[in-house]
Amino acid sequence: MAVLKVLVIDDEPGIRSGVSRILNNFHVTYPFMDEDYTFEVTEAGTGEEGITILERDMPDILLLDNKLPGIQGVDVLEYIRKRNYDIVVAMITSYASLDVAIRATRDGAIDFIPKPFTPQELKSSIENITKQQYLKRITHKMKQEGKKIRYQFLSVLSHELKAPLNALEGYLRMMQEKQAGDRIEDYATPIERSLQRIQGMRSLIMDLLDFTKIRLERKEEKIQEVNLAEVASEAIVTVQPYAIQMDVSIHLDVRSDAVIMADPDDMEIVFNNLISNSVKYNKVGGKAEITIDSSDNEAILIFSDTGIGITKDDTENLFAEFVRIKNEKTRNISGSGLGLSIVKKVVELYHGTIKVESTPDVGTIFTIRLPKKTIAIT
Amino acid sequence: MKKSDITILVADDDPDYLFQTVFNLEKAGYKTMAVESQAEAESVIARFKPNLAIFDLMMESDDSGFILCYKIKRKYPDVPVILATAVSHETGLSFSIDSEQEKSWIRADRYLEKGIRPEQLDQEVMKLLKL
Repeated sequence: MAVLKVLVIDDEPGIRSGVSRILNNFHVTYPFMDEDYTFEVTEAGTGEEGITILERDMPDILLLDNKLPGIQGVDVLEYIRKRNYDIVVAMITSYASLDVAIRATRDGAIDFIPKPFTPQELKSSIENITKQQYLKRITHKMKQEGKKIRYQFLSVLSHELKAPLNALEGYLRMMQEKQAGDRIEDYATPIERSLQRIQGMRSLIMDLLDFTKIRLERKEEKIQEVNLAEVASEAIVTVQPYAIQMDVSIHLDVRSDAVIMADPDDMEIVFNNLISNSVKYNKVGGKAEITIDSSDNEAILIFSDTGIGITKDDTENLFAEFVRIKNEKTRNISGSGLGLSIVKKVVELYHGTIKVESTPDVGTIFTIRLPKKTIAIT
Repeated sequence: MKKSDITILVADDDPDYLFQTVFNLEKAGYKTMAVESQAEAESVIARFKPNLAIFDLMMESDDSGFILCYKIKRKYPDVPVILATAVSHETGLSFSIDSEQEKSWIRADRYLEKGIRPEQLDQEVMKLLKL
C-alpha cells in the first residue's frame, strides 16, 4: 500500500474537512499498479500557512482554492512553479473565471474541481491525478535505471505495415466471397477505403526511403551552397494543392538570405515535412508561415501555424520514430509517424537544433537553427 | 439466447478494421455497437451493458485495450471480453493470456490476432457466450 500526501489549502473549514473525510477512506487501483494508493490529508486555511506546510513536508498532490484571505491560489501556484517542486496541483474554485483558469493552467495546475463538489467528483479527479503521478514515477524510475522506453524500430514498422495490409485483405475477401451483394456498387466503401489505405502505405514507404537515405548515404560529394529561401519556395509549390484543398494559406517571409553548405535533398526533406505538417494539422481557413532569417553563422528557420497544437506531454516524444499524437483532433489525419523524426535526424546531421513550442488549439512553432559553415557531416 | 438478441460492443480506432468486424458480426446475425476510441467505449460502458465486447489494444494510448478490459470487468464481471490486436511477437510487446501471472492482470477472456477469418470470430463469440 503506497500513500500519497495531499495538502488542501482552502479558507472554508467545511471544504477542508470534507476533503479529509472523503479521501481518508479512498483508495485508487489501476491495472498496472503494483499496489493500491491511499491518501493522507493535511489542511491549511491560508496560502501562507500552506507554503509553510509544503516547505516542511512536501505533498504529492495539492488541492488549492484560488480565493484566499491573504495571498491568492495563483500566487501559491507560482511559488511552486518557480521552485520546480514536483507537486500535482488541482484548483478548487467556485467560479472558474476564464483568466484565472488560463493563468493557473499556464502555471502548472492540471485539473479544476468545481466548488461545491460531490464526493464522486473529488474522487474521480483524485483518481486521474494519482494515475498521472504513478505513470510519472514509473517513467522516472525507468529512466534512472537506464532503461529506454522505446520500441524496436523494425518491430513497430512491421505493425504499421501490417495494419493496412490487414485492412486490404479483409476488403478483398469481402469482395471475393461477395459478402455484401452481387453488384460492384455494393462495394463502393470497401474500394474507396482500400485506395486510401494504399495511399497511406505509399507515403509510409516514401518516408521510409527518406529515412534510410539519411541513415545510410554518404553525403560529402553532394554538399553545395544551398539557398534556403529557394528550397522553401519549391516546397511550398509542392504542398500548395493540398493547402488549397484544406483552405490553409501559406506565407513565406525571407528576412535575410540564408545560404548554407548542405545537400539540397536534405533541405528539401526538412521543408517538405514541416510545411506539409503545418497544413495537415491546421484548421480550415488557417495560416502557415515560414520565416527565413540568418545571423552571422546560423540560418534560422521558423515554421508557425494556426493549427490544432500539441499538448506539453505530447511534445516530449514528438521526434521519436512512429510517434503519432492520437486524439480526437488527429483521428482522421493520416501519417506515417516518421516525418518529424526524419527532420530531426537531418538537422542533427548538420549539427543544428530543432525546438518546438505549441499551444493546443492555438498553433505550433518549430524553430530550426543550422550552422552556415560546413562541418564534417556525421 | 438467439444471436439476434445479442449486442456486441466493438472498439477500434482503425476505421477499416471496425467496419469489417462489425460487418462480419452482423452478417453472422449479431447486433453491434461500434466505437472508434477508448473514450467512446468508456461512455458506452457507463450507460449500457453489452453481451460481449471486442477491444483493440492500441487506441488513444498503447494500453487502451487493457484499460477497457479492466473497466468493463469491474462494472460487469460476467461480460466476456476479446482483446484483438495486430501487435504480435515481433513488436517486442508480446503477451498472451496463458500464464496465471498474465491472467491476473489482463482481464480479457480471449486474445485474438487481427486478420482472423469471419467464421473463426463467430466460433469464438459463440464459445464465449456458450451458444
